[in-house]
Amino acid sequence: MDPALQQLRQRVMDANAAGTPLCLRGAGTKEFYGERCEGALLDMRAYHGVVDYEPSELVITARCGTPLSEVERLLAEHQQFLAFEPPAFGGDPTIGGVIAAGLSGPRRFQAGAARDFVLGAVLLDARGELLHFGGKVIKNVAGFDLARLLCGSLGILGAITEISIKVLPLPRREQTLCFEVAAPEALTLFNRWGGQPLPISATAWNSGQAWVRLSGAPSAVHAARARLGGELLDDAGAQALWRSLRDQTHPFFSQARALWRVSVPSSAAPLATAAAQLIEWGGALRWCAGDLPADGMRKLARSAGGSALHWRGGANGARFDALAPAALEIHRRLKSRFDPRGIFNPGRMVAGL
Amino acid sequence: MAAALRKLLPADCVLSRDEELRPYECDGLSVFRQQPMLVVLPRTEAELRAVLRECSRLQVPVVARGAGTGLSGGAMPHAAGVLLSLARFNRILGIDPVARTARVQPGVRNLAVSEAAAAYGLYYAPDPSSQIACSIGGNVAENSGGVHCLKYGLTLHNVLGLRGCTIDGETIELGGGALDTPGLDLLALSIGSEGLLLVVTEVLLKLVPKPALAQVVMASFDDVGKAGEAVAAIIAAGIIPSGLEMMDRKATAAVEPFVKAGYDLGAAAILLAESDGTPEEVAEEVAAIERVLTTHGATAIAVSASDAERLRFWSGRKNAFPAAGRISPDYYCMDGTIPRNRLGHMLKAIEQMEHKYGLACMNVFHAGDGNLHPLILFDANTAGEWERADRFGADILELCVQLGGTITGEHGVGVEKLNSMCVQFSPAERAAFFAVKRAFDPPGLLNPGKAIPTLARCAEYGRMHVRHGQLSHPELPRF
Repeated sequence: MDPALQQLRQRVMDANAAGTPLCLRGAGTKEFYGERCEGALLDMRAYHGVVDYEPSELVITARCGTPLSEVERLLAEHQQFLAFEPPAFGGDPTIGGVIAAGLSGPRRFQAGAARDFVLGAVLLDARGELLHFGGKVIKNVAGFDLARLLCGSLGILGAITEISIKVLPLPRREQTLCFEVAAPEALTLFNRWGGQPLPISATAWNSGQAWVRLSGAPSAVHAARARLGGELLDDAGAQALWRSLRDQTHPFFSQARALWRVSVPSSAAPLATAAAQLIEWGGALRWCAGDLPADGMRKLARSAGGSALHWRGGANGARFDALAPAALEIHRRLKSRFDPRGIFNPGRMVAGL
Repeated sequence: MAAALRKLLPADCVLSRDEELRPYECDGLSVFRQQPMLVVLPRTEAELRAVLRECSRLQVPVVARGAGTGLSGGAMPHAAGVLLSLARFNRILGIDPVARTARVQPGVRNLAVSEAAAAYGLYYAPDPSSQIACSIGGNVAENSGGVHCLKYGLTLHNVLGLRGCTIDGETIELGGGALDTPGLDLLALSIGSEGLLLVVTEVLLKLVPKPALAQVVMASFDDVGKAGEAVAAIIAAGIIPSGLEMMDRKATAAVEPFVKAGYDLGAAAILLAESDGTPEEVAEEVAAIERVLTTHGATAIAVSASDAERLRFWSGRKNAFPAAGRISPDYYCMDGTIPRNRLGHMLKAIEQMEHKYGLACMNVFHAGDGNLHPLILFDANTAGEWERADRFGADILELCVQLGGTITGEHGVGVEKLNSMCVQFSPAERAAFFAVKRAFDPPGLLNPGKAIPTLARCAEYGRMHVRHGQLSHPELPRF
């Protein structure tokens, strides 16, 4: 066994024997996300490297500590990419952290979320066993889909040590159009265009401007541009814009106030709040910035058919919406089966788990 | 049990006479048969909850069933259990053309969703070959695929939310119209769970815009290996066709007299590659596909000139199973998946197995996904043929695992592939699956004995767990 993996295993087995909690961490780019973890740091970066990549199979397999930049560079050499556009938040996250957090960028609405691209995962469980779930092939229904359950699990079931992810060819042409519209009109346009066969790969709105990114065959992008109108952004400007939305380096995200991530159906009416807003994902993601009372935000999101997540800044309090009792009970049972002594990231997702 | 349930439901919702039970004794895999103790057909979620509570109280197993088209025996009844038919949950509850979603009950047929959405220029993408008959609830249970999942994804990628009941009669909602939901992704875990975790009562489906145009390129090859290489070359060229299928000569010979699709019967294999999108996009992609196929040795190429011709090209592929039924008294369909670049290796191995077992095998593949459907031809009335077909199939699946693939791409484990699960997963991994089962269903009453083999069963099967062609502890002597 690889010495770095052996060392991780030993740390986990020791912690499990002693019943002392561990906080799993890659590059630490998402420390702000979710609840705080109390425990000894377990740095996953020592176990790194791309294990397998065959471009014609559309799959890459990498160890947990592999930097996202290394994965993306390798894919780009073969004109491929991670289509869920994982955010780097201005740093260089590990691929293990990307999957454990399960966050996706601007292309999520069209291409799918991180979990949609996970094909397989190896889990280091509390007993130090390495469990392989899923695999390296696109279609696989043998056994419960634990690889995808681990995506977004925030490390509460165990440590992900290896991931296989589906990759896609880079679009041959991308162009971004800009429209001067108010939020309600932008939502109407996003939903109307979303129902038509157009090569739209991302949409966003902020401060009176809506952006629409077209991706695909050059002729298709060209035809769609002619049909939709709007003002064409230059390629460098467009790339910088989507990068800033993906990584949240856009000025909207640097406000000192509390930031809420409100997830609703794309067709939900404009949120009735005085907060500054940035809209993504065709209307399905509404960022709200302001000094907003938590229960007010949660009620607003629920009445729009979704949920509110306290993303960063502002007062202390629970980050995620509360789970329904039946779902919480299943969470408890899963946690107690996979991590009976509660050593993995206790409290990182929900207090008591 | 019948008396207890008749107190909860009207008389016509509980079937107990032999002739009423008989139609439910198997699903689409008819070699596995078992008559249930009772069949229950609730009409509402309240009735369904009452049935589950009663089964829970009396510790009676429950097997949920949709349209019964499954190919792994996942809906085979339990001898001492209730067969829970969702056939009466057959309504489309609503289509939201703005949000592009359909809310349906689990008994709704797959194709009925696309038919209802067509008025809005939308459709439901996953299209298993059985889509005229199979139900959405069954699709969710199996995470069904189809010929278009390379580009549009599996059921998993097209289900936004589920509402269901746990064995204790509690209602649970997973996912929904919003894309983020707090907590673990129990939605992903539930899709493809083969009825072992919960009973689904409502499904929120994603609808996508119908492409403006679709065209199919059909190519002939004089060698199956070359056809396999052409598949890899299309993907490597940065093209994701909306469908990419292969049929070998035995398959085309079986379907052509039946559907008259116009297949090249002289070819060792044919490929069907579909491109969809805007007319400009399709024109570019079809030209690119033709270039790759020519470079990789296609001996003939035809492009569909009309939608009628496109559907005719597909008709042979979609009718491969009934065509097998025409040329052989019985057939056994396998469902392994392998990395695409091992296709040639697998085909040669299957040819050797045909000699070894003295049975013919015709091959159709979802080539773009590496998902194989070898159809082993046999006659159940000839002594020993089913046993040979069964061993032939198990050999194919074991080779799939050795080549780095999986024993089932889209049909599920059911009862059929329990033994092969012992080859693919270690005891600790199977224990993790049971842990998930118990987290949702502590008494273990939902579809017991399916999908995950027990330790005892694997010990009895005697085949060892294999990973990437490597036995664990190869130094130990084997029986």
